[in-house]
Order: sequence, then C-alpha cells, then structure tokens
Amino acid sequence: MNFKKIKEKAIYIFFFLTGILAVIILLGIFLMLLINGLQAFKDVKLLDFFFGTVWNPSAYEESSYGILSMVVSTFMVTLGAMMIAVPLGIGTAAYIAEIANERIRDILRSIIGILAGIPSVVIGFIGIVLVGPFIAKVFNLSSGLNALNGSILLAVMSLPTIISISEGAIREVPKDFKVASYALGANRWITLIKVTIPAAFSGIIVSIMLGIGRAIGETMTVLMATGNAPAIPHSFFDSVSTMTATIAIEMGEVPYGTTHYYALFAVGAVLFLISLGVNLIAELVTTKYRGRRT
Amino acid sequence: MNKLSSLIKIKVLILLFVIIFTGCVRKGVNDTFIQIKGSDTEVNLVQRLAEEFMKEHQVYIAVTGGGSGTGIASLINKQTDIANSSRAMKDEEINLAKDNDVNPMAIVVALDGLALIVHESLPVKSLTLDEVGKIYRGEINNWEEVGGSDLEISMYGRQSNSGTYIYFRDNVLKGDYSPKVRRMNGTSQILEAVRRDKAGIGYVGIGYIIDDQGNVKSGINSLKIAKDENSPAISPLEPENVISGLYSIVRPLYQYTDGKPKGNILDFILYELSDRGQEIVVMEGYYPVSSAYIKMNEKLGIKGNEF
Repeated sequence: MNFKKIKEKAIYIFFFLTGILAVIILLGIFLMLLINGLQAFKDVKLLDFFFGTVWNPSAYEESSYGILSMVVSTFMVTLGAMMIAVPLGIGTAAYIAEIANERIRDILRSIIGILAGIPSVVIGFIGIVLVGPFIAKVFNLSSGLNALNGSILLAVMSLPTIISISEGAIREVPKDFKVASYALGANRWITLIKVTIPAAFSGIIVSIMLGIGRAIGETMTVLMATGNAPAIPHSFFDSVSTMTATIAIEMGEVPYGTTHYYALFAVGAVLFLISLGVNLIAELVTTKYRGRRT
Repeated sequence: MNKLSSLIKIKVLILLFVIIFTGCVRKGVNDTFIQIKGSDTEVNLVQRLAEEFMKEHQVYIAVTGGGSGTGIASLINKQTDIANSSRAMKDEEINLAKDNDVNPMAIVVALDGLALIVHESLPVKSLTLDEVGKIYRGEINNWEEVGGSDLEISMYGRQSNSGTYIYFRDNVLKGDYSPKVRRMNGTSQILEAVRRDKAGIGYVGIGYIIDDQGNVKSGINSLKIAKDENSPAISPLEPENVISGLYSIVRPLYQYTDGKPKGNILDFILYELSDRGQEIVVMEGYYPVSSAYIKMNEKLGIKGNEF
C-alpha cells in the first residue's frame, strides 16, 4: 500500500514539474535576456539606445547603438502585414465558418494547415525570386527587396493563425443570434456582417493579436526579403532591417562579452517585451470575452 | 487557447532539446576529419581543393561558409580546425583567442580581386576608387554624378559578419557604409540582386562573375577601376592586372589554424599551395599566391612547392 502511495506521489510530482516547465523556461529566458541586456547600458546611454536612429556597432569610426530605426522597421512591416492579412483572414474565416459546404470546408482547412507548415526560409526564397521582382515591376522600382515585400510575406505567414482562430470564434456565435436576425427579416449577408462577425469580435481580436505576434517574431523571411538596409524607412518601398534580422545576422560574429554582444541581448529583451505585450492583450481580451459569456 | 499554449510548450521543449544536443556535439579529436569554416568568398574554392585532396588521401574534410567573422569566432571557440578568412584577424580577436588558449597562425592560400558590378544596361563603364568610396559612403547618390543617366544609385553590400564587408570598408570606403546600403546574405545574392536592379552596384569576388568559359555572366557588367583621376581605368578581368597589383582591389585570402599546422591539416595546406593546388585556385577564378605572401608563409615553415 505504502509503495503505491509513493508511486502516486512520484507520478504527481513528475507531472507537476512538466506542467511548470514552461513557466520556468519562460522566466529563465527573460532573466537571461534582461541580465545580459542590462550590461549594455554600462556603455550605452538609455536615451541613445531607444531614440538613436543609427545602429552601427562595428563602425569604422565610432560605434552607435540606436534601435529606433529597427523598431520602426519591425512595426512597419508588421502593420503592413496586418493590413493585408486581417481583411483577407476574416473574410476567409467567415466563408469557411458560415458559407462553405462541408467538402469545401475540409479542403480549405487542410490547405490552410499546409500553409502554416511552409518553412519560413521557403517563403523568404519566394520573396526574393517572385514577390520582389513583381513589386519592382508593378511600382517601377529598381529593387523589390523592401518593407512591402516583407509585409506581403508575413501576411501569408500569419494568415493561418488569423483564419483558424477567427473561424472558431465565428462558429461559436450562438445560433439564436442568427435565427433572431433572420426573424427580423435580415438576409444571410446582413446577418453575417451585422450580427455574426460583431458577435465574434473579441475572438477575432485575439486572432489578430496572435497574428501580430507571429509577424513580429518572424526572422528568416524578413532577413531574406526586406533588403536589410539599416536606414530609418520613409515608405513601404524602402529597404528595412528588422530587430529579429539584426540579431540573427550579428549574433554569429559578435565577440563574447563586448558591448555589442550585450546590446544584442538588449534588443532581444525589447523584442520579448513587445511580443509579451501583444500576447497579454490577446489573453486579456479572451478573459473578458469568457467572463461576459458565462 | 489551450491548444495553442500547448503548442508553444512543445516548441519550447524542442528548442531546449536542440540546445542540449548541440551542446553535446564535440569536435572530433580524430585527425582524419578536418573541419573548415568561415569566409563565403573562400568556401567554393576550398571545397574544390578539399574534394581533390580527398581523392588521394584517407581524410574527410568538411567545408562550410557563414562569413569570415563566423569562421574566426569558431576558431577562437575551438569549434573548427581551419578558419577561412578573407580579412586579417583583428587585434581584439587575436587577444580573445589567446585568452582562450588558441594561437592563431595565418597562411595565405590565394589572392582575390573584388569586382564592382552593375546592371548591364548602365552606361557607366568605369569609376575611380574615390568615386566608389563616395557611392558607398552615401556621398554620391545618383548615377548622373558619375556620367550615367538620372537614376538613384541602389547599393548592395555584404552583412557585417563578412570579411569582404570589412575589407571593402577599411580599404575602399575608409569610412562607414551609408545606412542605405542593402546588406545581403552572400555574394551570389548580391550578384542576383544587381542582375535584377537597373540602378544597382555591388562588390563581389571576381571568381563569382566569370562562367566556365571565362566570360562575364549575363545581365551584369564589371566596372573598370582607376586608382585615381590621373590613372587609367583597369579591368579586373585580365588576370595579369590583378597579379601585378595594377588593379587596386586585391586582397589575400587567409586560412587560420590553431598553432602551426600538423599532420593531415599540414598536408592539406601544403596541397593547396602546391602547383596543382594553385592551378585549381586559378581555375576557380582566383589568383595564385604572390611572392610576398609566399615569403610570409615560409616564415611559418610552410613552403609552397613540396609536392
């Protein structure tokens, strides 16, 4: 009997540990970023770091560590991606949830699943050989490696997240809502636009937030397709260098323990906080949504 | 939501495993396996040399790129036997190596000329070294200023972990790159980008712009470069110009080892410097080691023609 109790206890502890593993890892990552990142501020002024526009750690003359242009670049590419992906994603989700018949629904779902599984390096490659030249031709630019290219590719990459979560939210809208709408004489289109989608609004917001999280953190695609010019961008046709791409390029060569090394950790910490914020908003919206329902 | 957070958990777990396993892989002490890492400029050349060498010897040589900085960092961290580098190691890197009990030795295995390439439709055929510097520093923005049509110049260069990036900055720009220079992932990406960009300019190893027949690849032109306003513009396509030093942008390609090379590593380096090895160097579009560098190598006790 006693043996059985010990065994049960052991199993309990094992599953408890695996359960909190994610928390430990998350905290560990954040602490590592923070501890290493903070050391950069021994040599770099806080103000210069956040509001300086020149990032040139291995400079010929004087190194500078301003992250403003990469933060702007990251937000710009993400914003562009959402401008494309949000209407497209919600439209697709509404179609799958409300309009498509069973067969089309299954086909679309599995295709979207496949889309989610395409490696980012492949998407980046498509950006170089296909989307880039296309943008250059359409807008008569000398090169298509710019923020717009990155936005289009990131839109493709965040579509699966947006579609699948929005679709779930739209499908969860109680049938009573729709029936009531029909009873008042609204047709299918009006019901979808004025009743179903607004009712699923908080779920859709969550899907957008997670899509943003996906886009902000994406590295390989933007590294390949946006041209990596560290200048502050003035339009979507300028080449940009995002935070993720900068870390990825420079981490491989930076000598251990230098200001440059710590500054990259600081950039990582900023990135971490941004995506944490985005996820937090998503979480808050979900909780609020659940609270209202029950 | 639950499904998603468990997905994130799985991702984190996978990441953890990858970290653990990569940490476990150690460099083999086995002398029959030689790891070579570094310069993207050298990777094709050294790969070819290694293939030829492996035909005759019971050795396995793995050659990978990643940039000179990456190779040097690997040498310092004892993760590679030979670091390919298209630039000399910096003092701070040498100090870092010494702190880590690594004693880097430089051997020059070939010379490389850097060509400036532009889109084939561009009317500009030659530039002075000074003009090239001004373009990349952002002081000349339009092709009109150097005899072309009214087109904003779009510049392509390498990323900061590249030896070519550093070499070009220190020897041609003698200043910082304009932030508008696009930082490309590799030499062939620069080539592809310039081929597609009618206002583009890029720097690449001469070996990359010549095809098997010895002609310049389609879609691009290589610029003639003059040392200054009063000198003639010199084409990098004539090997004599590069070997004699008449063409201005020539640099040594290094291989760094930890201490004097021994055993199979020494054999491989001697093979690279042998007549056969240098023949391959020329076939791959690079230039044989000049007498000044042969002398430098000899100081390390490495003679070129022992095979």
